[in-house]
Amino acid sequence: MRIAVCLKQVPDTEARLRISKDGRWVDEDDLRFVTNESDEYALEEALKIAEATGGSVVAISLGPDRVKETLRKALALGAEKAVHLVDEAFHGGDAAATARALAAAVRHAEADLVFTGSQSDDAGWGSTGSILAGHLGWPHAWLVMGVETEDGSAKVTREMESGMNEVFRMALPAVIEVQAGINHPRYASLKGIMKAKRKPIDTPSPADLGLDAAAVGAAGSRVEIVDVAFPASGEGAEMLEGEAAAVAQQLVDKLRNDARVL
Amino acid sequence: MSKKIWVVLQQREGALHRMSREAIAAAQMLAERLGGADVSAVVLGQDVGAAATAAAEFDLAAVHAIDGEALGEYTPGAYVDALGAALRDHAPAFVVFPHTYQSVDFVPRLAQDVDAAFVPEVVAFDAGEGDELLFQRPVLGGKLQARVRVRGEGMIFLSVQSGAFSADSARAGSAPVEALVSADATRDREILGVEQVGGDQIDLTKADVVVAVGRGIGKPENLPIVEELAKALGADIGASRPVIDNGWLERDRQIGSSGQTVAPKLYVAVGVSGAIQHLVGMKGSSTVVAINKDPKAPIFTVSDYGVVGDLLEVVPALTAAVANAKS
Ligand SMILES: Cc1cc2nc3c(=O)[nH]c(=O)nc-3n(C[C@H](O)[C@H](O)[C@H](O)COP(=O)(O)OP(=O)(O)OC[C@H]3O[C@@H](n4cnc5c(N)ncnc54)[C@H](O)[C@@H]3O)c2cc1C
Ligand SMILES: Nc1ncnc2c1ncn2[C@@H]1O[C@H](COP(=O)(O)O)[C@@H](O)[C@H]1O
Repeated sequence: MRIAVCLKQVPDTEARLRISKDGRWVDEDDLRFVTNESDEYALEEALKIAEATGGSVVAISLGPDRVKETLRKALALGAEKAVHLVDEAFHGGDAAATARALAAAVRHAEADLVFTGSQSDDAGWGSTGSILAGHLGWPHAWLVMGVETEDGSAKVTREMESGMNEVFRMALPAVIEVQAGINHPRYASLKGIMKAKRKPIDTPSPADLGLDAAAVGAAGSRVEIVDVAFPASGEGAEMLEGEAAAVAQQLVDKLRNDARVL
Repeated sequence: MSKKIWVVLQQREGALHRMSREAIAAAQMLAERLGGADVSAVVLGQDVGAAATAAAEFDLAAVHAIDGEALGEYTPGAYVDALGAALRDHAPAFVVFPHTYQSVDFVPRLAQDVDAAFVPEVVAFDAGEGDELLFQRPVLGGKLQARVRVRGEGMIFLSVQSGAFSADSARAGSAPVEALVSADATRDREILGVEQVGGDQIDLTKADVVVAVGRGIGKPENLPIVEELAKALGADIGASRPVIDNGWLERDRQIGSSGQTVAPKLYVAVGVSGAIQHLVGMKGSSTVVAINKDPKAPIFTVSDYGVVGDLLEVVPALTAAVANAKS
């Protein structure tokens, strides 16, 4: 079994954000980038299944040059090879355009099972994996908290609201969209990191994948960000400032005398 | 002919999901923004009569009921088959969904099937240049709000985030119920059952005071300072999702859309950024205090009192001040 895992690189959640000059996104220059949280769990799940079934994992990422770091990390963790959709034409896409490109990359890699995360921590469409499944004509499941593959089917546990899970069986091949917390992702070993340096990263163009450049990236997207803004922070909140002990005392006084909750 | 808006309602055993009413309110508001449009609701399932009757009590042009055996238990395959056929027949300009875990499971797939554009997690409508219709939604974990536009031909799908449109503002009325003939729908899952996540030992829903710890705590070795604050306040400890995913606290303590919904008198958020999935689980708290080193953290938008600072300093100081006040 060859398992494809789609990994997105996103700004570190700890990053201090500044809005870019054009107002449409954040300034990426001084940001630290990391692998999207749920994608790390997706990779771990794929590696576990590949190990148990004697399969292999191919890591796929769409994004600029910096994304190589995410792919190298996946290779160090145990993926056999990587596909990097780095061509300019792929960039700036909405979920539909990104999924179109990723679906072509999955076919190109001849994968017979796909793992993605459930939601990206930056754009947060929560859609890319399901749309990708539509292009492949495979069933999908979003918010997956457990997978057991069997011959031709998988037993899947899916998160519902309010602390409940649903369990069902679905046919394979499929697109499994993993939710954070499904497993405990491994760390890369030094040996893994050394080996990763020799593993191949393929960089197909839209044409190599049989795609029209106008159908992917920003050109192939219908949904577009016009501008971004910080939420009206602290508008309702009374912000207390000063040295820790003084602020703590102020807060206790307010909770006691104004809010009357102490 | 006026534009058509559909709102697809989530129901269970004849009862409308709480967020279905919010979706109706959003669809009615969208109609006003468009300068008038026909809003129809869609309910689907097996024996959806009761849900259709409940939907008919709103100000809608019609309630379309799609009934089918394959729709009895939710599966994305059958839902996409049934709704896809109906949408191809009627081609509304907009389709509004409640942003539930069920919707997000099938709506992107449905959008792909009928070539619609999908804007998830809409929290507001807005007007851009030349009165262009824009949709507001959170990005980067709620740290920023984006306004998005949809270009080109084809239907537009929206899912509306919990709490963004007030269910009470959905206008009442009386709508005719029309049965839509359901196309062949095929299930793509065999449902085996439902299970409780983790234990059900810790009930935070009745707590008077909750101290919620977020990823900002940094490492599990730092948890004792939060435990001491909780002890001083007589509080129960809750947590954001990453703290639990990392195995630092038990799953029962998760607060948010996947965890518990709490409404204590006092909620103290420590190192929690305030992503929407967390906020929906604690917005009902009476008094909210947030301690966060980032002055722009979205948790401050729902707080009564905010302290910008390092929790490793502020939390012990607060514990001391509380203990002092209580003695
Ligand atoms: C379908 C779905 C369901 C989800 N369900 C839930 C749910 O039920 N509950 C939930 O909580 N999340 C849920 N999430 C995850 C959610 O989107 C966020 O990722 C999560 O809530 C973030 O947790 P956090 O605030 O602890 O971490 P972060 O977003 O990483 O925030 C950490 C915060 O700590 C602050 N900080 C760091 N260091 C310090 C310090 N020394 N002193 C003070 N402040 C500091 C930072 O400024 C930051 O604001 C869900 C996500 C999805 C996609
Ligand atoms: N640019 C990308 N490269 C690789 N995978 C992606 C990309 N964008 C989205 N994905 C995958 O799709 C999932 C859902 O993303 P989204 O629809 O943006 O919330 C992510 O968790 C990734 O697994």
